[in-house]
Amino acid sequence: MSTILRPGAAIEMAHGGGGMATTRLIREIFARHFANPILDQGHDAARLNLPHGRIVMSTDAHVISPLEFPGGDIGSLAVHGTINDVAMGGAVPVALSAAFIIEEGLPLETLDRIAASMGAAARKAGVPIATGDTKVVERGAADGLFITTTGIGLIPEGIEIAPERIAPGMAILLSGTLGDHGVAILSRRQGLAFGTTIESDSAALHRMVGDMLAAAPSIACLRDPTRGGLSATLNELAEAAGVSMTLKEAAIPVRPEVAGACELLGLDPIHIANEGKLICICPGDQAEAVLNIMRAHPEGRDAAQIGTVGASMPPGTPGLLRMETLIGGMRVVDWLAGEQLPRIC
Amino acid sequence: MKYISEFRDPALAQSLATAIAREADPARSYAFMEFCGGHTHAIFRYGVQDLVPSNVRFVHGPGCPVCVLPMRRLDDALELAERHGVILATYGDMMRVPGSGRRSMLTARSAGADIRMVYSPLDALALARDNPDRQVVFMGIGFETTTPATGMAILTARAQGLSNFSVFCNHVLTPPAMAHVLAAPGVALDGFLGPSHVSTVIGAGAYRPLVAHYGRPMVIAGFEPLDVLQSVLMLIRQVNEGRQEVENQYSRVVTEAGNTRAQAVIEEVFALRDTFEWRGLGSVPDSARAIRPELADFDAEARFTISEKQSREVKSCECPAILRGVKQPKDCKLFGKACTPETPMGACMVSSEGSCAAYYTYRRAETMAEMEAAE
Repeated sequence: MSTILRPGAAIEMAHGGGGMATTRLIREIFARHFANPILDQGHDAARLNLPHGRIVMSTDAHVISPLEFPGGDIGSLAVHGTINDVAMGGAVPVALSAAFIIEEGLPLETLDRIAASMGAAARKAGVPIATGDTKVVERGAADGLFITTTGIGLIPEGIEIAPERIAPGMAILLSGTLGDHGVAILSRRQGLAFGTTIESDSAALHRMVGDMLAAAPSIACLRDPTRGGLSATLNELAEAAGVSMTLKEAAIPVRPEVAGACELLGLDPIHIANEGKLICICPGDQAEAVLNIMRAHPEGRDAAQIGTVGASMPPGTPGLLRMETLIGGMRVVDWLAGEQLPRIC
Repeated sequence: MKYISEFRDPALAQSLATAIAREADPARSYAFMEFCGGHTHAIFRYGVQDLVPSNVRFVHGPGCPVCVLPMRRLDDALELAERHGVILATYGDMMRVPGSGRRSMLTARSAGADIRMVYSPLDALALARDNPDRQVVFMGIGFETTTPATGMAILTARAQGLSNFSVFCNHVLTPPAMAHVLAAPGVALDGFLGPSHVSTVIGAGAYRPLVAHYGRPMVIAGFEPLDVLQSVLMLIRQVNEGRQEVENQYSRVVTEAGNTRAQAVIEEVFALRDTFEWRGLGSVPDSARAIRPELADFDAEARFTISEKQSREVKSCECPAILRGVKQPKDCKLFGKACTPETPMGACMVSSEGSCAAYYTYRRAETMAEMEAAE
């Protein structure tokens, strides 16, 4: 059987033309790697049978450079990123859609590898890619490959995840080490390559979240600290909830390799993107139980309580998020100004 | 982390804090200037002020290269990129600094100028090699720490026969700036926390004439929080004992003579300018480097004509007085209101070493409260 995956073959404009080349691209790469009963229906729109209830929906565009990096690639990242966004709404992910913008000249081998990785990530997560779309743009109009994924999920009865529910005295939990994804990407960037064994933490967190919510339905808020890192995420939550928060620097887990790279580059791990971590804010008396559940999952092995929610304060109060430093001083933990690392996800 | 975490040890920090509290004389106050922006940020990042008594005060110095660069020089760099169409290679710190009319390298880049962020002058050399039909200008900026690297880039360009590489040189010297601060009225300093990285290049000996002349103690301090605390203790002891010496707390890196190979590169490539304009300090004699005439091919100021221009600082911006240590960020009406890291009016808010950025990032709540109370 002939295949479009000849050695040296690359994406041509015809692959996006809607003719035979498009059909073969979809059949031989995407349909092959993503195969699942819903996608295999072959309709323009996927049909899902869902029970009545509350549905969440989330979408995320991925433009990361480089396309493949230690610990993942744009394909698995696009699956994990959207599954996590759905899970942070307290929902069980049901299905994903995926849209591909491909630059003319992208080697078909690369696309095939990324689609395979994406299919594997979806299967491992148990969340099918139910529908998709492919467009090809001229050389220079994109950078290799951009992927947008959208996910829907169902919120179980009795779960209410919302920043407004964050209240004084609650515990702030973090599921593991900070900065792995950002530093892994940085270590492969042109002009900045440095030798390191750090891998991206890119991972789907919905199973861990499911177990956490089953054991502690009173969890107030979940968020994944992606772009902007821990500092942006907690500042956002403190603003939204109108509370102060205090972190303990010594309690925040950071891998020594990541800490070393950050020292060298003048970066702070609390500002760096993560793709497989979550922040959980829950009543203080449940912190230990939730931590134990997190630690039972590989994605939550290094989970720790990193701070507590303080008094209610009007949003807009400067310095809502503070941290006791390693040596025992206090400081504000601010949003990062400007951009630290472009195209990190 | 080996060789880092030891210098952030909480128990050692507490014991140093206890010693400082014991030895600081409650009947007097101590004003120590940390010359370097790197120290300013270490002090704020770790909350060092919380560990010393209230009569020990840090006065923030002008050791932030981006902050002391006068707007005129930034406007000149923008002209190189826009009018002469060069590839302008610069350290990331410069990108958001506002020039005249609040235009920055970032806004110039989005309007089409070819401005690239690099991590080293060698990256700029690579740009020149990869773009043989373009002129590449490296924005040389910084104190003695970064000067040797710029010098090496020029020597390498000469050795490789690169004819499309030049440097827009803004390198400045530390000791003349310190002398200027000490000679200026308005700041009563009891001593200096001396620079870490600058001193690795120029050596502890470089400060001895200055300390002898002005009679103020100096302790060359490392950048870690324990380094800062120990240096404060050493300064307090000098003051209490009436000594005015150059002491070297950062002896694990800094030597008396400094890095003589780096000094030789500086001497080979650069001459002293008679005078140079500093933001905040004004004209300071013998305080900056220019590329030697025999290397004029690599001097952007010799290669390109740069027009005369009137560069105007934002009027109410207090950067100049803050850089002299005469005012604090809270004394500036713009702080935290019109001027934030997102919308900076002055360089002190932009640079990661600027004192306004340090107050804003790490002590905003306290600073804004003090401003309100003063109104």
